Amino acid sequence: MADKRRNLIRNIVTLAAIYAIIQLLISFDIIDQHLQLNLFLLCINIILAVSLNLITGFTGQFSLGHAGFMAIGAYVSAVMTLKLHLPFPLAIAASAVSAAIVGVLVGIPTLRLRGDYLAIATLGLSEIIRIIALNIDYIGGASGLADIPRYVNWPWIFAMTAGTIIIIYNFIHSSYGRACIAIREDDIAAESMGIDIAHYKILAFTIGAFFAGIAGSLYANYFYFLKPNAFGFMKSIDILVMVVFGGLGSITGSVVGAAALTLLSMVLQDLPTLRMILYALLLLVIMLYRPQGLLGNAELSWKLLKRGDKDAAATNSK
Amino acid sequence: MAVLLQQLLNGISLGSIYALLALGYTMVYGIINLINFAHGDVYMIGAYIGFIATALLGLGFIPALLLSMAISALLGMAIEKVAYRPLRNSSRIALLITAIGMSLLLEYTTMYIAGPDTRSFPTVLTNRQYSFMSGQVNISSMQLYILVISIMLMILLQFIVQRTKIGKAMRAVSMDKDAAQLMGINVDTTISATFAIGSALAGAAGILVGIYYNSIDPLMGITPGLKAFIAAVFGGIGSIPGAMVGGLLLGMIETLVSGYLNSNYRDAVAFVILIIILLIKPSGLLGKNTGEKV
Repeated sequence: MADKRRNLIRNIVTLAAIYAIIQLLISFDIIDQHLQLNLFLLCINIILAVSLNLITGFTGQFSLGHAGFMAIGAYVSAVMTLKLHLPFPLAIAASAVSAAIVGVLVGIPTLRLRGDYLAIATLGLSEIIRIIALNIDYIGGASGLADIPRYVNWPWIFAMTAGTIIIIYNFIHSSYGRACIAIREDDIAAESMGIDIAHYKILAFTIGAFFAGIAGSLYANYFYFLKPNAFGFMKSIDILVMVVFGGLGSITGSVVGAAALTLLSMVLQDLPTLRMILYALLLLVIMLYRPQGLLGNAELSWKLLKRGDKDAAATNSK
Repeated sequence: MAVLLQQLLNGISLGSIYALLALGYTMVYGIINLINFAHGDVYMIGAYIGFIATALLGLGFIPALLLSMAISALLGMAIEKVAYRPLRNSSRIALLITAIGMSLLLEYTTMYIAGPDTRSFPTVLTNRQYSFMSGQVNISSMQLYILVISIMLMILLQFIVQRTKIGKAMRAVSMDKDAAQLMGINVDTTISATFAIGSALAGAAGILVGIYYNSIDPLMGITPGLKAFIAAVFGGIGSIPGAMVGGLLLGMIETLVSGYLNSNYRDAVAFVILIIILLIKPSGLLGKNTGEKV
């Protein structure tokens, strides 16, 4: 018990420290515009990766359509702030909720599908979302939507990222989360233990979509500009690579994966082709030699850091 | 009436390309239960080989077609050996992610080597227009080539699968891998052969499309690849006649939608069909319904 409390205090202190240090660095201009852009992109990627991990890593539902949920969030937020001049908190809430509603709508019919069929169906749905966005003139069509007001600053993005991680972490460690993990391990066995599979699958999709919607809203109100083709198949793959790289079933793994790949694209931004080749090789090497990802389903924690790498490896192989 | 006929003709030529590609998907899926995402990129490589053969080596159409089929077949076998074989006993998600990785690798390596620009094919075939119904319906010789070559390849495939030893082995392995092994069938060779045949068909589709649309680029395989997979699901995945029917139907529906409704929604049609078919009849038009095994 005392251990738990100590951990909680340590986590709160760490979060507060991260927030304060970066806020200071931003106000003293040590983190310049370019770095700040990448930092914000990193946080958005963390939200996306962690929320996809809930669907794919913890519940075992292979989704290739996460960018579609993000697109919904981004466009709802952009329309509300740019066209309807509503306050940003309202817009971000609306985009999360509308993405979640689409998540339910996607979740219900695709429940009958599993594995690769589900993957291809979610991919199809996100492509449909993109093609519809391409053909609506009100939101700019193919040329996109520009001059979206920039409301997102460090406090916003930090609060949303930390909030996503904390909520999903607690969800996973509740009885709901254990039900999701049971479905991932063996859905037939889970069903015979009395778990309502349909309910939990939809729940996972809804929560995942909810946070992807938040990520989309942050994206729209930071980058001024949206176009449908930013939310294509490649974006979904991007998010998936982060999750797989960090470890399917590890939240801290997703954070590490998002950080590593955002850094990689920051360093290689002038060489986009080389970046994609590295991406592809990374995927292949991980799948061939370490299919469970960097962290497997272990979490980075204070305990793990103390025990050192050797024991960490032992936990992973379990 | 003439417009409808013209649309159907265009749809059939587009559809036979989809069918050629869908055959590769369906064969691979039937034998190792994998959506081979890299298949669309084998088609792209096939188009590039065709380009090299005709523009740089100055070969004629038929030698270029054969060369591109042969190299695509080798590429397919290499992909299977390097990426899929080591993972044969791991989870399906791992296999699918490997396939996506392989697809990205092929796309961007080609882009790195050949550059991202669209290239145009040299004219290797004299293109003639044949008109019917007082000029209202046109069919080009290129469309005829596509049709004839696709039909010939499909007949050849049916012959291989139904009448030869390796075809029998392929059918046996797709039915039950372990039992086939017990009967003395070399499963590895059979899977390799499946990839070779499927990839050769994709290579043929690639060069046909390259000549028909006269432009190729490193990312040309993504959309046709996805659509051909949808065609395979539409017809019933694992079924060879299903892939042909699915491909032709998808091609026709697509041209009809872009002709009569709105061409902007052309790409969405395939995905809508996919979702409808998955919800109503997941086993596809000609597929067999298999129960769930515990």
